[in-house]
Amino acid sequence: MATLPAAPAFSIEQFLEEERGKDLLRFTTAGSVDDGKSTLIGRLLYDSRNVYEDQVRSVTKASVNRSAGPIDFSLLTDGLRAEREQGITIDVAYRYFATARRKFIIADTPGHEQYTRNMATGASTADLAIILIDARKGVLPQSRRHTFIASLLGIRRLAVAVNKMDLVDYSESVFQEIREAFLAWHPHPEQCYFLPISALEGDNVVERSARMPWFQGPSLLEYLETVETGAQDAAAGQPFRFPVQRVIRPNQDFRGYAGQIASGAIRPGDEVCALPSGRHSRVRSIATFDGDLEEACAPMSVTLTLEDELDLSRGDMLAEAPKPPGAAAHFETRLVWLNQKPLDLKRRYLLKHTAQLVSARISAPQRIDVQTLQSAPAATLEMNDIATVEIETSKPLFFDPYVRNRITGSLVLIDVETNATVAAGMIVRAVAAHASKPSGPVTTAERRARFGHRPATLFVGPRESLAAVLERRLFDRGCMAVWMREATPEGLRALEAAGAIAIATSPEPLDLPESDARAADILIERLFEADQKFEKGGGI
Amino acid sequence: MPRLSYLETLEAESIHIIREVACEFQNPVMLYSIGKDSSVMLRLAQKAFHPAPIPFPVLHVDTSYKFREMIAFRDWYTAQIGVKLIVHKNQEALDAGATPYKLGTSRCCGFLKTQSLLDGLREGGFDAAFGGARRDEEKSRAKERIYSFRDTRGQWDPKNQRPELWNLYNGRVEPGESIRVFPLSNWTELDVWEYIHAEKIPVVPLYFAKERPMLQRGDQLISPELDIIPRLPGEKPVMVKCRMRSLGCSPCTGAIRSEADTIPKIIEELISFRRSERENRVIDFDQEGSMEIKKREGYF
Repeated sequence: MATLPAAPAFSIEQFLEEERGKDLLRFTTAGSVDDGKSTLIGRLLYDSRNVYEDQVRSVTKASVNRSAGPIDFSLLTDGLRAEREQGITIDVAYRYFATARRKFIIADTPGHEQYTRNMATGASTADLAIILIDARKGVLPQSRRHTFIASLLGIRRLAVAVNKMDLVDYSESVFQEIREAFLAWHPHPEQCYFLPISALEGDNVVERSARMPWFQGPSLLEYLETVETGAQDAAAGQPFRFPVQRVIRPNQDFRGYAGQIASGAIRPGDEVCALPSGRHSRVRSIATFDGDLEEACAPMSVTLTLEDELDLSRGDMLAEAPKPPGAAAHFETRLVWLNQKPLDLKRRYLLKHTAQLVSARISAPQRIDVQTLQSAPAATLEMNDIATVEIETSKPLFFDPYVRNRITGSLVLIDVETNATVAAGMIVRAVAAHASKPSGPVTTAERRARFGHRPATLFVGPRESLAAVLERRLFDRGCMAVWMREATPEGLRALEAAGAIAIATSPEPLDLPESDARAADILIERLFEADQKFEKGGGI
Repeated sequence: MPRLSYLETLEAESIHIIREVACEFQNPVMLYSIGKDSSVMLRLAQKAFHPAPIPFPVLHVDTSYKFREMIAFRDWYTAQIGVKLIVHKNQEALDAGATPYKLGTSRCCGFLKTQSLLDGLREGGFDAAFGGARRDEEKSRAKERIYSFRDTRGQWDPKNQRPELWNLYNGRVEPGESIRVFPLSNWTELDVWEYIHAEKIPVVPLYFAKERPMLQRGDQLISPELDIIPRLPGEKPVMVKCRMRSLGCSPCTGAIRSEADTIPKIIEELISFRRSERENRVIDFDQEGSMEIKKREGYF
């Protein structure tokens, strides 16, 4: 342990000044049962002197019931009676600590398979995840699940802590093997900081360990204090998005739109576009309790007034005029199912997205196997399932893909009968309108969308060989093409009605090259020219 | 644009929560305990709706055993910022002579705080109630959601909480059910004091050290200002320079010896001696996990 320099005289003014400069890092912890998560967090809090004396006293009293050394650090975080009795962590616990450099919020999440929903909850607001791996057990299926959930929820920084090094004689080769096994499955070394620790003994948690001289990297706490997640810069660098939470209208002279900036920055005079109306205006002022601001950025909560009366209401959005968000009522979304009651494709759910609450229907679930990352169609989704689905909403949502914007790209589903929050969603993209599933008889337009061409009848003259070549060419291009050998007017009409390109011979020879291949080329070219003109003319 | 400091980040998050509740519920109310956390919560509510007034009332559950200075501050401050104040007492229990000495602290709290709170919420027909609780206060609070669902009896089921992701809060309730909302969930005691300092928010003078007459009982310093406090034979108040670290009922809230008579000094004291702030509350000490039990029954 390094010798401490003589402490300078404490100055409260200087302390408060330093406090004002601190930023906030939110991180989450994940590990399988018995990987020692609670112990690690207890150790982080204790060794960084963020635990109060009476809390230590109360856990020393409580640990009489369990056997884990003189102070059982996990008892500092296992808050519920059932947890202390069973010696496991059941629910997400939030912990707060600070060092001279930074403030931290920890979402401590349980590792049991059945509590995957809690890991997703903790990860949703975190910018970094600590993935704990037991040195004796190596990378388990659970480690993969945790890593996958962290990356699904948009976490781009992982501290992979190989714990219980004291139980493998602080072996470098054990650590390296685990590192390689992890990267073989999660090939993003730029996102990962691997380090060997012992939470129980305190090695590399706060102080660097003398027992692992082969490891030169910073301790876990040093890493947490200095890592740049870039999350806030990334949010501030995105186009301006401002979901309107509430209209503030104390009198006739003031109409302001209150909300929290989801991304980007805004100044008075900036042009904004209102959704869903699409109307443009300029920001007149950024009004706050502390006076008008010259500039505001994500994630500030402010009130904006506009130059023009646009009559916005809750759920609308103000956005950067040249770069508006997507507006759609049909999405591809990744979903984590959180509830014991499985997904019912026949029912409607409530969907909350920014300040909008709309009705939604789910379709086409493709369950993702967390171990292989393969998707397969599923009839329903059970608790802790992760899937890609399509969601159709009763009103358009104003969104960005989740990978670009965690606020305008996220949603939750609510069961209308139980009011439970049943799923968390991350929007991938809008689904084009033609893929929607209308009811009623199939229309010509739908057939055209499926086949990629309009229906037509092509007469080729008396050459049967040309008809055969043409049919083959069109069929190979993916067209619905049929050569009708004994053509009748009724038959051709039926084929056209089915959306097909009907091919028939006719008595009169046409002005076409002798080669069947060349003649077919010309006929196809004419056909698709006509098709394009037809499309520009406004469709069917 | 400079990056937001942690206090600005917390402030923005809390304002977002307060606005969501005001928009999504029919009849919200803000619990007002007169303490420092309540003062911060009130300031955040002012900020959330400025320049409009706070669009909901505040409710004080008065056990009638609060410090006199608290009541004076309550009446002055709510009038000054122009928010509607509702005071609720469990008069029936008081008439029957409920005191912590007759009933024990736990049953006394049950009647005068928990029961009175539930009655007050029911009488007002409130479907959402803000509380100033923070997750760093106590272990069972660390697992509390920002929107904490309560059944028709106001009770909390820690194993059946709604998952809470991003900033998307689920405020759906059936008639009779309600949500307790904790906009300061992510604040620590230090954050609260730093914010009070930065924002110059008024707080009850009891937080500041001065010479006060006190009854000295073992480690505890108890204010003699209420008649209900029984005196031991020959016991007399002595003048002690002290302050309250958290405010509650006068018989059950011990003072701490302190020289901290300004907010910076309070902050300095806080970082130099690390004792969690509820330690001087007699009520949490009764049994391991006692806060969780009270919360399950409907307490904040």
